[in-house]
Order: sequence, then C-alpha cells, then structure tokens
Amino acid sequence: MNQTESQPKDLLLKPNRAVGIVGYGAYVPQYRLPAAEVARIWTDGQAALPIKEKSVPGLDEDVATMSIEAARNAMKRARIPADQLRAIWVGSESHPYAVKPTSTIVAEAIGAAPHIQAGDWEFACKAGTEAMVAAIAFVGSGMANFAMAIGMDTAQGRPGDALEYTAGAGGAAFVFGPAETSLAIVEHTYSFVTDTPDFFRRQYQKYPEHAQRFTGDPAYFKHITNAAQTLLEASGTRPSDYRYAVFHQPNLKFPQKVAAQLGFTKEQIAPGLLVGNIGNTYAGAAIIGLTAILDIAEPGDRILVVSFGSGAGSDAFSILTTDAIRERRDLAPKTKDYIARRMPIDYAQYVRQRGKLTIK
Amino acid sequence: MEIPRHWRIRKQRYGLVGEVCPHCEAKLFPPRDVCPECGKDAREPYHFSGRGEVFSFTTIYEPPAGFEEYAPYTVALVKLEEGPIVTAQLTDVNSKDIKIGMPVEMVTRKIRTDGDERGMIVYGYKFRPVLQEA
Ligand SMILES: [Zn+2]
Repeated sequence: MNQTESQPKDLLLKPNRAVGIVGYGAYVPQYRLPAAEVARIWTDGQAALPIKEKSVPGLDEDVATMSIEAARNAMKRARIPADQLRAIWVGSESHPYAVKPTSTIVAEAIGAAPHIQAGDWEFACKAGTEAMVAAIAFVGSGMANFAMAIGMDTAQGRPGDALEYTAGAGGAAFVFGPAETSLAIVEHTYSFVTDTPDFFRRQYQKYPEHAQRFTGDPAYFKHITNAAQTLLEASGTRPSDYRYAVFHQPNLKFPQKVAAQLGFTKEQIAPGLLVGNIGNTYAGAAIIGLTAILDIAEPGDRILVVSFGSGAGSDAFSILTTDAIRERRDLAPKTKDYIARRMPIDYAQYVRQRGKLTIK
Repeated sequence: MEIPRHWRIRKQRYGLVGEVCPHCEAKLFPPRDVCPECGKDAREPYHFSGRGEVFSFTTIYEPPAGFEEYAPYTVALVKLEEGPIVTAQLTDVNSKDIKIGMPVEMVTRKIRTDGDERGMIVYGYKFRPVLQEA
C-alpha cells in the first residue's frame, strides 16, 4: 500500500502568491474551408460532417505570425510595457522551425526582448495550457511579475483523413501577473497525465498518425474527466458553481458529450464552443474558447477550462473574473470579430495555401 | 548569405519601429538618424501605431525571384497616420477590393524564405484592411 498517496485536496496546484490573467488575446486566420468541401473531394459528399467549417492560414501566416497578433492583443488588454514581461512561452505542434524558437520571434516583434525567458513547448493539443501553468508558477513564485503563455497551431491532416475536416488554425495568448492587477484570478489548476499513444507524429513526418477508436474513451474522455473531476472534488466545487466551462474541442461531439457526463449544461459551454466555425485549433482549442468567454463574462463569473493533449494529458483551471474584466476586454478585438472575418475557400485554394501543391 | 542583414533590421521590420525627431517631433520611417524635416539628429526609437491608409497600389502578377509562391499580391504605398509613407505588401485582401484611401493596419507576416525550404524565414510588416467589429 502506498503510504504517501495524495489526498485530493493536496493535488491542486496553487501558487504562493495569487496570480491572475492580466491580458488575453485571440487570433484566427480569415480563410474557411467548409467541411462539405472535404467531403465533396473524398466521399462524393456522402460523409457526415463533424463541423461546419475550419479556419485555414494564409500563405504568409504561420504559428509565429499568428502568435504575434494574439500577443499584441493580449498586451493591449494588459496595459503594461512589453519589457515588463519576463517570459514568452509558445505551445504548439506546428512551430515553423524544427530548431529555432518561435518564442524569440514573438518576443522581438512585441518589443519584449532581450531581458526575457523564451521557449517553445510541445505536448500535442495541451502545449498551450502546459505553458500557462508554467507562467502561473513563474509569476506565483515571485520570480517574475508578468509572463506570457501562448497556445497556437496551424494543424495539418493527411488529405482525405478524418482529421482533414477539422484540423484548423488559431489560438490565444495570455499575460499572467499579480492577482490584484488581473481581470481574472487563477484559483487553482490540476494536471492529469498518462503515457497513452493515441496520436503522434514522428520526426520528419508531415502528417500525424492516430488510432481512430483509441482517441475517444482511453484518451480524450479519460483524461478530461479525471482532470475535471479531481479539480471539482479537491476544490469542493460542483458544476453549478461555474458560470462557464470550456473543454478541448477536436470536433463538436466530444466536448458536448464530456460536458454532459460531468454535469455541465449546454448554456455553460455554448460561448466557448467554437470548433464548429473555426475547426480544431489544437494547442489553441480550449484556450481560444476561454477568450470568447472572457469577452462576455461578468465580474465574479467562475470558469472551468480543461485542455486535452494526446500522448496524453489534461490541464484543468478554475478562473474567477474580477471587476477589471469590464473595461479591459474592449481594448482589443474580440474573438467573435475574428470568427466573423470569414473568407470561404474551395479545396483547390486550400491545397495551395497548405503547401500540398508543389511548384518547383 | 543574407542572414546578417535580415537580423540587423528585424526590429524595424517586425514591428514598424522608426524614429522620432526630438527637435521638431517629425516621425521617421525607415529610421535614418537624421530628420528630413529639420536636418538635425533624430535617433529616438518610435513605435508607429500601424494604422494608415492606402495611398497608391499595384498588383504583381510576375513576381521577382523569392516571391513566386505568393503571387498574385499587391504592393502599396501606405500613408501612416503619423505621416510617413511606407512601401509594403497588402495581405488578407482580394486585389479587386483594394481602393485608394482604404484604411489599413499593420500585421507581421512571412515575407519570404531565404533561398529554398531549408532557408531562414523572413518576417516583416504588411498591411491588411482594418479588422471590423462583429
Ligand atoms: Zn526634426
């Protein structure tokens, strides 16, 4: 018998110094590929569609450029000089370089270099929330007053694969700082991780591999459920204590099902459920949902955020908005502004924009 | 090998950082250390707002080497709200929708790749139609 096994209340991650979200910003590229276009090419239009459409990056966009725009939006809301940031961490599975950090490009572009930590994080779709927990700890320990974490992806699916319908582009940036300057306080976090090979991409491979049926129960549902239930139990809260909840969203079905299983209503998850209109933005998926919620939340609203990354694990956050949310959210474009900025493309244009077309 | 040149001008190109003249407050872009208005020293860095309007434009269908993959694209003279006129690509817009006087805002995008797919990615400012409120 394991004598040192933790009690649930000991499992919560909580910084010594209270930390909150000081600024946040979203980004979604303007191009949209309707799922019906993918079905038209590969199934004579017969396939059931997992979403309406997904966002597609322009020819001149990648995780660095998209992170820069989200970071600029976050800084507009944070209202701090860029040189006050002591870390910029970018979580993604589509960093533009195999070797050379995205985070240094972002830091330089927003004027935060050179007195800064910078690094790129990887953990499939939870690379962004992994960076967020680290940024909370960095501020919470007192080592830094302000730290930025970003989750951003330009996900790729193999042509004709189920993932091609949903693999989208977008994400969000968050500036963490002392709770008293924040628009939302991070009450606590909890992370649940196991070694589960549900989805992976080997070095030099362009497209990921996934175990179709294996991606559901033992991966997505197991990790999100454990992370959410442990956080609820350990913090003595129930779903009804939360105004909103947002879960990783690889399609429309999974987040709605896991929310219902956990006891959350459709109304609680509706504002953060964006996958139907922008696709699965991988490291950006749960947290861009959070930005859409912050755009409409009232002071005192409690929000549950649970990410999922294949490989596999989930990070859960309990976040409580402050009075500052009202004035701060209007300082940068809202997430719905980016979703409404929509230019539909056909499969041919998509093939060109995603580099699936060889011209030399 | 152009890496050193890309590196030296990264600040002005990523974020539209120019200079302001401490004597007459003229805003300079690109930075040139001497004020074109009063002829005095001007070395104070200045972050431009990134907002401006299309002053003139032309669409490129036969791009120079290194830009083939982006064609067709539009190059514009953009008059910044602080005064200077900069030459830059427009992005996120169809060439048929571009008009003189159209309000635009600066974004940082990929400009090109240095050489082939093994080369450095060059990032810099472009302008797009101002994001609308939904
Ligand atoms: Zn002068």
